[in-house]
Amino acid sequence: MKNLSGFTALLKKELTIYFAGPIFYITGFFFLVLAGYFFYTNVLYYGLISLQAAQQAGNPQVAAQMNPQMLVYRPLYQVLAIILIFLVPLLTMRLLAEEKRSGTWELLFTYPLSDWSIILGKFGAVLLVYLIFLAFTLSFSVAFSFMTPVDWGALGVGYLGMALLGASCLALGLFASSLTENQIIAGVVGFALLLLLWIIGWVQELASGGLGQAMQFLSLLDHYENFTKGVINTRDLVYSVSFIFFFLFLTKRQLESRRWRA
Amino acid sequence: MEMMIEVQDLSKVYGPLQAVNHIDFQVAAGEIVGFLGPNGAGKTTTLKMLAGFLAPTSGTARINGFDCVSQSLEVRRSLGYLPENVSIYPDLTVSQFLKFAARAKGVEAKAEAGEIHRVMAACGLEDVKGKLVAALSKGYRQRLGLAQALLHQPPVLILDEPTIGLDPSQIVEIRSLIKNLEGSHTVILSSHILPEVSQLCHRVIIINRGQIVASDTPENLSRQMGHGARISLTVKGPEAQVTAALQGLPGVGRVDSRGEGRYLVEGGNGKDLRPDLARLLVQQGFDLLELKSQEFSLEDVFLNLVTEEES
Repeated sequence: MKNLSGFTALLKKELTIYFAGPIFYITGFFFLVLAGYFFYTNVLYYGLISLQAAQQAGNPQVAAQMNPQMLVYRPLYQVLAIILIFLVPLLTMRLLAEEKRSGTWELLFTYPLSDWSIILGKFGAVLLVYLIFLAFTLSFSVAFSFMTPVDWGALGVGYLGMALLGASCLALGLFASSLTENQIIAGVVGFALLLLLWIIGWVQELASGGLGQAMQFLSLLDHYENFTKGVINTRDLVYSVSFIFFFLFLTKRQLESRRWRA
Repeated sequence: MEMMIEVQDLSKVYGPLQAVNHIDFQVAAGEIVGFLGPNGAGKTTTLKMLAGFLAPTSGTARINGFDCVSQSLEVRRSLGYLPENVSIYPDLTVSQFLKFAARAKGVEAKAEAGEIHRVMAACGLEDVKGKLVAALSKGYRQRLGLAQALLHQPPVLILDEPTIGLDPSQIVEIRSLIKNLEGSHTVILSSHILPEVSQLCHRVIIINRGQIVASDTPENLSRQMGHGARISLTVKGPEAQVTAALQGLPGVGRVDSRGEGRYLVEGGNGKDLRPDLARLLVQQGFDLLELKSQEFSLEDVFLNLVTEEES
C-alpha cells in the first residue's frame, strides 16, 4: 500500500505539472492538427479511388484494396508513428533532467519513495498524457463512421499498436532524460535513439542472413506493421512489453548509480 | 541514552577532494545539535549523506537504528530533510506541493488534510497556500521547505541552513519553531550564524576541512577558550602611558589598544583583574570611563579553532 501511495503521489504531481505548463497544450495541439490533416486527406483520397473503382466495377484487384483499413487507417498509423518520433522526446525530456537541473530531486530522492514508484509514476503520467492525445483522434473515426462502415475491431488493434508503440518510445525517452540534467540533450538523445531503432530494419537488405534478420527484429517499425493491418501477433506484444520493461529497467539502474557517482 | 544519529568513520571523496574526512559523532534522541563550519567545510556533504541523498565513500551512518545506505528507505521514512537552498517545483501551488509531499511520505489519506494544516500553521503559510511556488519570496520558499520537512512528524530532522534568506522577524519565528521541536524531535542543523547555534543547540559540532575540530556545549566551548577573562576598558589618557601602565600590572597577559582610548586586556590566569585594573588606573591619575568583562563568544571559539587548524 505504501508503494502505491508513492506511485499515485508521483503520478498526480507529474500530471499537474504537465497541465500547468505549455508543453502539453502545444504538443497536443500540433499532434491533433497533423493527425486530423492526414486523416482528412486520406479520406479524400479514399473517396476519389472509390469513385474510380465504381466506374470500372468488376475489377477484383481494385475491389480488394477498397476498404478504409487499407486506404485510410494504415497510412494514418504510419504517419502518426513518424510524428511520434518528434513528439515523444518533447514530452519526456523534462521528466528527470529537469528534476536534476532545478535541484528538486534532492527532496524527491530523500522522500521514502522506491525507485520503481518514481519511475512508474513518471512513466504512467506521460503515458496518460499521450493516451489523452490518442483518445482525441478517435473522434475522427466516430465522424467517419457516419459516412461509411468502420471495422471497430481492426481499429481497436490499430490503436493498441499505437498505444504500445507510444509507450515504448516514452520508456526510451524517460531513459534518455535520466542520463543528463540538460533537457535539450535529453531530447536530442531520445530523438536519435528512436530514429536509430526506426531505421535499423532498413539494413536488412544490406546485411546478409541472420544479422539482417536480427536487425529487423530490433526495429520498432517492423513490429508495429502487423498492428496497422489489424493483426495481433504475440511476438509483437512480447517485443513491446520487453522493450518498455528494458528501458524502464535501464532508467532504474541509472537512478541507482546517482548516489555512487555524485 | 538512545542514539538517534550515529556516524562512524564517515568519509566522502569527490575526485581529488576529500570533502569529509573520517568523522565520528553521535546525537541522542531529543537533542538539538548545531553543525558549524566555514563554507566548504563539509557540512552540507555530511548532511546529504545522512539524508541518504549521497552515499559515503567509506564509513557508516545510522539514523534511528537504520543504515543510511543499505536501509535507505527506512531511514528516509524516519527523517525530515530541508536541503540547503531548497528547490521546490515552481509549477505547483503551495498546497498542491504539500499534498504531494504528504502522500510521498506516506501520510494516511484520512490524516492528510489535518497534517497539511498543522505544518502550514506552524510555518505561517496559510496566506500563500494558493500561490504558485514560483511566485513565492525566498523567505516563504524556505518556510515551505521547513513545512515539508515537518510533515508526518519524523523523529529526526536534518536542516541545512534553516534560516538563510529570511528577514529578521522570520528568523525569530523559525528559531522559536525549531526550539519548540526540542525533546520531541532530534534535530541536526547546520549554520554559519553563531548566535543562532548558541541559542538553539544543546551541543555544537565544529567542522573544518572535513574534520571535526570541536564538539561540546556552546558554554563549554567558550569557557575552554577563555584561558582567562577578557576585559574591555575605556580610559582617557595618552595611549603609550596607559598601555605601559596596564602591561605593568601583574596577571595581565596581553593589552590591545583599539584606538579612541579603548583597550582590551586579556588575563593570563583565571583571576578576576577588574578591581586591580580600576585601582591601578585611578592611582595613576587616568580617567577610567568604562570597564567591563567580556565573554569569549562562539565567534572567537570558531575563528580560533579554524585559524589554529590553518596555521
